[in-house]
Amino acid sequence: MKIVLEHLTKKFPNRNKKIKEDVIAVNDFDYEIPNGKLIGLLGPSGCGKSTVLNLISGLEKPTNGKIHFGDDDVTELPAENRGVGLVFQNYALYPHLNVRENIRFPLENLRGKDKMTRDEMDRKVFETAKLVQIEGLLDRKPSEMSGGQQQRVAIARALVKQPKVLLLDEPLSNLDARLRLQTREELKRIQVETGITTIFVTHDQEEAMSICDTIVVMQDGRIMQHGNPQDVYDKPDNLFVAKFLGTPQINVFKGVVKAGTVFIGNDRIMMMEEDFEDRDVFVGIRPEGFIPDDSWNGRSEASDNKERLICEFRKLEVMGRDSSILCANEYFEGTMIRAIIASGTEIKTPGGEVAFNIKPNKIHIFDAKTGKVLH
Amino acid sequence: MNSKKQTLTAWLCLLPAIIFLGAFLVYPMIDVFIYSFEEGYNFASQSYFGIGGYNYSYVLHDPYFIQALKNTFIIVLITVPLSTGIALIISLALSSIDKLRELFQTIFFLPYVTNTLAVGLVFMILFQKTAYTDGMVNLLIRFFGGESVDFIDGPYSAKMFVMCFYTIWVVLPFKILILTSNLASVDPIYYKAAKIDATPKFRIFFKITLPMISPMVFYLVITGFIGAFKAYSDEVALFGTDLNAAGMNTIVGYIYDMLYGNSGGYPSYASAAAIILFAIVFTITIINLLVSEKTVYYQ
Repeated sequence: MKIVLEHLTKKFPNRNKKIKEDVIAVNDFDYEIPNGKLIGLLGPSGCGKSTVLNLISGLEKPTNGKIHFGDDDVTELPAENRGVGLVFQNYALYPHLNVRENIRFPLENLRGKDKMTRDEMDRKVFETAKLVQIEGLLDRKPSEMSGGQQQRVAIARALVKQPKVLLLDEPLSNLDARLRLQTREELKRIQVETGITTIFVTHDQEEAMSICDTIVVMQDGRIMQHGNPQDVYDKPDNLFVAKFLGTPQINVFKGVVKAGTVFIGNDRIMMMEEDFEDRDVFVGIRPEGFIPDDSWNGRSEASDNKERLICEFRKLEVMGRDSSILCANEYFEGTMIRAIIASGTEIKTPGGEVAFNIKPNKIHIFDAKTGKVLH
Repeated sequence: MNSKKQTLTAWLCLLPAIIFLGAFLVYPMIDVFIYSFEEGYNFASQSYFGIGGYNYSYVLHDPYFIQALKNTFIIVLITVPLSTGIALIISLALSSIDKLRELFQTIFFLPYVTNTLAVGLVFMILFQKTAYTDGMVNLLIRFFGGESVDFIDGPYSAKMFVMCFYTIWVVLPFKILILTSNLASVDPIYYKAAKIDATPKFRIFFKITLPMISPMVFYLVITGFIGAFKAYSDEVALFGTDLNAAGMNTIVGYIYDMLYGNSGGYPSYASAAAIILFAIVFTITIINLLVSEKTVYYQ
């Protein structure tokens, strides 16, 4: 079942009574979530992603805008009637009930033609428990289980009533690193098996990129970009998205466009394909975009006007298959430039400086004022 | 040896309390127990006739004791469930209103800071029918077409009604305070989860709210029972010191009478009655504890 979010806005009154303006948590969020896919709402803390989830679930009412489940307008429908499954960040399992009773709880609320007999309920509970692989823990209380197990019980409780959409609020935040990797694969497996439209909120871009069919990157209540994870990584629309995705982070330099050429300081980097007025720009270079220039023999010998970036060499970190070259440049925004190359590559550092050629598809030029991408 | 020194220090810290409790609680209890078996104890001569169960059989056959027992049980069985239930309802109501909540909380808590005897006087004025006036409650009854009743000097059922009304009124504020704060401490996330699962209101109350506050409810029930069995000063506030004449004596009142009252000077009977009271309260508490094992959920 697809979900259409139409110009969704949510404002909260400001806590500080002196400031009259409302806090805008979600600002004109307009997006259509396709049926049966795993969508990631990605963004830094406070960007409004959990609020979007609450709006979809019905726990919050939008200030403006509409929400459609399929063809039905559910904007005015209360949370009880929307038929969504929600997994809270801290699971919210009823502590006084055991796992079986926790999972069975939503089924006991069904009325009318949906009402199930005790046997039907138990069977459904067992099926769902098998789906998340906790069928052996049905008699335990939440306090007697690990975080990962509690997580799976929470997912089972959300899935047992076969909701039209499954919402997860930062499901992996409370787990340790190893369990996080394991559980996110589980989430993907469950989503594929059940085919339920699933939306999950996270601030971890690696998590989102690894399992989502589509990611939506948010900042300050707005959608910054959405699409296939690899596309969003390869073709960021703006500086924020470029910086948010990618580990290690993209290297950002202050630069200028003069007469169609991009410069970082005095280094010619590349020619712009289209005509752009001269302006200040930010140059983003992915760590994997640096190629050590082996024709470089020091400043004294550099008479050709070749396109290269010259940096002050600091350190070489060997990490098995890859190595990182750490260097510095006065136009770099940050402490240390990190370039990733294959281990064993020869690096020349005449005069303490190293020169790089940049792969053209790993450079992203952003307008300094608007942050929008130019190349 | 560090741990030996720690243990010694611990015992030293406990010592004052042990001495105090021993002298003023444990010793008197043992003493009373012994007294209850000494027949015909005489304070003046400090002597007694013999040892046996005569005191108990006297007390258990004394019509004044039977009346006091009956009165006490009626008060306990009516006031404890009712006051806990009403406190729960009021607390739930208070938790669901937003505006004026603090105003209502103050109103409901006011009786707690009043003085028992002063309140008793006011109740007397409200309920008593004298030669000069019928009392305000009777005015209301007459307004609705009924016949005026003397609640203070009249029929037993009327007196019992005032007694229970008064007792509930006095214990309610504290219970409301405890329950309101306890209700507020239930994590709202459980209610959100229940809302998503379309749980009806009554189910939320019985399956989520009540279990979450059950330790506090249990506390109020146990202390309610114990307190109600020891009722005495409330009765005196309403009916005066001669409770036997009013037929509203309680077990504690009977014990007091046996020691100091008109028929006083019988410490043996008083001791026996005291031990009987102890046995009753002890049994009720054990029953409560057994019931709580299945019903109370501790986090």
